[in-house]
Amino acid sequence: MNIINIEHIAKIYQVGSEEVHALADVSLKIDKNEYVAIMGPSGSGKSTLMNILGCLDTPTKGLYEFTGENVSQMNDNELASIRNRQIGFVFQTFNLLPRSDALHNVELPLIYAGISGAARREKAEAALENVGLSDRMRHKPNELSGGQRQRVAVARALVTDPAIILADEPTGNLDTKTGADIMSLFNDIHETGNTIILVTHEEYIAEHADRIIRLRDGLVEKDEYVSNRYIPNQKQPI
Amino acid sequence: MNFLFELKEGLIISLKAIRANKVRSVLTTLGIIIGVTSVVLMSAAIKGIDQSFQEGVASLGSDNLYIDKWAWFNNDIPWWELRNRKNLKLKHFEKYKAAAKLPLAVAPTANAFRTIKYEEKSVQSIALTGTNHDYINVTNLTFSEGRFFSEFESNGGHSVIVLGSEIAKKLFPHGGGIGQFVKVGPAKFKVVGILEEQGSWVMGAWNPDNQVYFPIQNIYKYFQNEHWGSITIGVRAPNSQMVEAVKEEAIGIMRRVRGLKYDEKNDFSVNQQEGLLNNINESVGVIQIAGLLITSLALFVGAIGIMNIMFVSVKERTKEIGIRKAIGAKKRTILGQFISEAAIICLIGGMIGLGLAVVGSMIIGQFDFPVTVDADAVIIAVTISLITGVLSGFAPAYTASKLDPVDALRYE
Repeated sequence: MNIINIEHIAKIYQVGSEEVHALADVSLKIDKNEYVAIMGPSGSGKSTLMNILGCLDTPTKGLYEFTGENVSQMNDNELASIRNRQIGFVFQTFNLLPRSDALHNVELPLIYAGISGAARREKAEAALENVGLSDRMRHKPNELSGGQRQRVAVARALVTDPAIILADEPTGNLDTKTGADIMSLFNDIHETGNTIILVTHEEYIAEHADRIIRLRDGLVEKDEYVSNRYIPNQKQPI
Repeated sequence: MNFLFELKEGLIISLKAIRANKVRSVLTTLGIIIGVTSVVLMSAAIKGIDQSFQEGVASLGSDNLYIDKWAWFNNDIPWWELRNRKNLKLKHFEKYKAAAKLPLAVAPTANAFRTIKYEEKSVQSIALTGTNHDYINVTNLTFSEGRFFSEFESNGGHSVIVLGSEIAKKLFPHGGGIGQFVKVGPAKFKVVGILEEQGSWVMGAWNPDNQVYFPIQNIYKYFQNEHWGSITIGVRAPNSQMVEAVKEEAIGIMRRVRGLKYDEKNDFSVNQQEGLLNNINESVGVIQIAGLLITSLALFVGAIGIMNIMFVSVKERTKEIGIRKAIGAKKRTILGQFISEAAIICLIGGMIGLGLAVVGSMIIGQFDFPVTVDADAVIIAVTISLITGVLSGFAPAYTASKLDPVDALRYE
């Protein structure tokens, strides 16, 4: 079964008297354990698509089924619940709570999921361990390097065991070396059976995925599988 | 997700946020501290005033009635009607005393105002009370030195005097007043007794502490023509249950004594402390409303301050709200978080304000002003600070909860 099934969605913004079609007509399906990159120049609608895929926003027209549920008609609370349990976000700017330590940041989705006490702590600690940060749990974001911050964000995305990981330019704020480490981490995550959607405008980052969807002017320009996918050989995170 | 869990997690998140923004939290708290301090202090002061009023009234005696030409506390009878009543005379008192069976004690009193002197010291225009030896049984006067004048001295109209504690303090600051002669108007009186401190500032000139007592004949001899003055008859019932019966009897006897026909109105009034109590409760009520109105303004200003800072806080933390929403915080979760933040800040402020009010009331208490902070004040402080917090936190919290996650995440 498809995790994501989008049929003819459009997102139209009203700017003054003019209608802006951020997404004109997009249809796509994404299966479990796919590793998809969404590419496109700025203004192509990839941010809008990502917001809709991430249930942060709803389409103006069309159907969006997420794990079989129609989310295009859901209200704010239902969307929040989907985001909480089914979607793990990784952002370009990390988006950690600056005044909370790594552990609390990772615990946060579990708090909103209603998991309490020891179980919550255990899960959060395990998630941080998975990304190689077991010795940094009590550090606040400003006491961590960029790469470490992004690892905390990845741990936070994974902690609820979501249906998809949605990464928006995850290496955009990192140097090449650290970016490569993070991409290698994503590769590991993918290999353990997770579905990853990666939004990027860098060709060499997109080549980590096994499928690339190219957008232009709110339409899917190209949707193809990558034949010579780049697989990082470096298994262990630093 | 159950409500208690959300509440608990919301409170923990709020506490974390408060701790993370110490300076702002302290500044916010200040407004509420001032508000709560003033409200608690004001209600304590009002309570203190009320209490000393009640004590003052109690010094009139709950079992006591006062038969008088004037109605003391009743505004229903026009003043000219009261003025046109015939004066009460000693002969009326004698007839009443002879006929009354129920009272424990009865005594006549007549008053004048004069300056009292001892050597170089003097006290201006104090209330002189002329009465008889039974007066001590009508009241609860207690003595620090000496005694009340005897039946013999009373009947003979001797020049003996009993001083209230304040008067004695002023005339004899070093004690030793008993046996000395004080001068009141043209006459000299021998001091036979000094009262203990009795009353309350509420009663003013009628506070026993500021009065002197001597046999009633002296009033007419030195200070007042008997035909011009009117006396008051003090009546003491054996107990509070008997007060009504004594009053009924007094009205019956006095109508006969005054020779009233059955269709004529009473030309005298039977006064009791209840009348004064009603008057006082009215005035205290007015003070209460005015005082609390003024102090709640302080609280209101504090609340607006909190609302203001919470709005700033929401704006400043737009990104944080966006992150929280992205990872699954619902509207009500965000709403709860910001409201409980405001409520906690207010509660802490309320507690500090309460502490300050207690200290403040102790300081004010040093200046003899009656102030009482009691358990009620704690409840008032907690309740109003919580309510203020929730009310002033609501609008900012609602704004926060309505933020669109996409916009909020993009906010820098």
